Amino acid sequence: MPLPLFQPSEDPGSNFNEFIKKMGYLPSYTFPGGSIEVPHGTTCVALRFVEGVVIAGDRRATAGNRIANRDMEKVVQTDDFSAVAIAGAAGRAMEMIKIFALSLEHYEKIEGRRLSLEGKANQLSSMVRDNMSAAMSGLGVLPLFAGFDEHDSQGRIWSYDGTGGRYEEHEYAAIGSGSDYAGTVVKVGWKSDLNETAAINLACRALWEAAEADSATGGPDGLRNIYPIVALIDQNGWRRINDSDLAEIFTSIAQEMRTR
Amino acid sequence: MSMPFYVPPEQMMQEKGDFARKGIARGRALVALQYDNGIVLVAENPSNNLRKIGEIYDRIAFAGVGKYNEFDDLRQAGVRAADYTGLQYSRRDVEGRALANKYAQLIGQSFTHESKPLEVEILIAEVGHEKESDRLFHITYDGTVIDEQQCCILGGDAEAVRQRLKENLQPDAPLSHAIATAASALSGPDRALNSEELEVALLERGDNRRCFKRLSHDQVGELLK
Repeated sequence: MPLPLFQPSEDPGSNFNEFIKKMGYLPSYTFPGGSIEVPHGTTCVALRFVEGVVIAGDRRATAGNRIANRDMEKVVQTDDFSAVAIAGAAGRAMEMIKIFALSLEHYEKIEGRRLSLEGKANQLSSMVRDNMSAAMSGLGVLPLFAGFDEHDSQGRIWSYDGTGGRYEEHEYAAIGSGSDYAGTVVKVGWKSDLNETAAINLACRALWEAAEADSATGGPDGLRNIYPIVALIDQNGWRRINDSDLAEIFTSIAQEMRTR
Repeated sequence: MSMPFYVPPEQMMQEKGDFARKGIARGRALVALQYDNGIVLVAENPSNNLRKIGEIYDRIAFAGVGKYNEFDDLRQAGVRAADYTGLQYSRRDVEGRALANKYAQLIGQSFTHESKPLEVEILIAEVGHEKESDRLFHITYDGTVIDEQQCCILGGDAEAVRQRLKENLQPDAPLSHAIATAASALSGPDRALNSEELEVALLERGDNRRCFKRLSHDQVGELLK
């Protein structure tokens, strides 16, 4: 491949998606009717706390009744101050996150500065919209976007619909098959003055309840040492909670269940 | 029908070369050198917005001198090529040498075939996991690639800068020493450059995925104290 140079009228600028379309990386598929069975990812939540946001997701992917994957990473850091959690057709979802993260880095390198958090949320929205015809054939992907806004010094969350509709959530959001359970737990426990620890505990509790009630959502797996991904983003950037801390939190939730 | 004048190829190349050299010599010089923990790139640049040094990929940086719009186009093309290769294959498959060859191909092609050659000289710097695998690929206006060792000088007055740099060059020196060496080589004996006139960036060896780091004027000022 020679160096990709463009005429000024054709130049994709700092938009990575436009660029890879021009290079033929994203062919415009037409989807026939019917559906194919592919692994699906399930429950993710994000919630705001005083200093930032917590974003968390279980690790299971299912294809029908079969557990297709036990340690999928559906919550992914996309740059220093943002992360995406994703539900839906696993293959397309992971590809979308990969390209989204690349597009943020690409913009930063071409322009010499980071996109604003709202700019990032918009970019993701156009990617969901581009996936609409696939969504009509059952290969939909729904992301949840969370990050720390360096300009406003606060955590922010966006949810999406299948057409690329973008909605800012001011308290919390949940996606995936277990989202009703997880969302309800967060809704009941959420307060505007949540601190970091309380927010992490609440996210874990939400995933626990979703895994209890929804067979497509995986719970903490002590046998294989696989725990949900729980991360927080604040003014210092992204930080993933390590597995030993999560093991402790889930042990205390289990303890509470036994004694209530 | 009038016939175009015959110009012997030696003369044509000579004149194109002179033209490109003249354009490049108008700009200020740029220096890249190894220090104890990577590669530092230092440019004399009065602008804090129009940059000569940029990040290409995890371990690769770009530097250019000459005509700004021409080398900045080349920089963007390099970012695109690297990001695309990383997407198609793997991040590990993005390599400075391959990129340098692509640049050489493009710049050489333009020198031979276009009526106006590119008035640029560029550097592709790649920091290795060990000192021995650091790479400095210097690509001149006619597409010649030079695999430089320890240091590389781009731009007008390169020979004089090289002489001054050679006197103090220590590849194991700490960062502050390396920047001071580069700054005094760029300025020469008759003047001094302050941190506001320098653009400084690093490729830092270490565990971070992205090794490129730009230093602010304040940080440079602190290191030059």
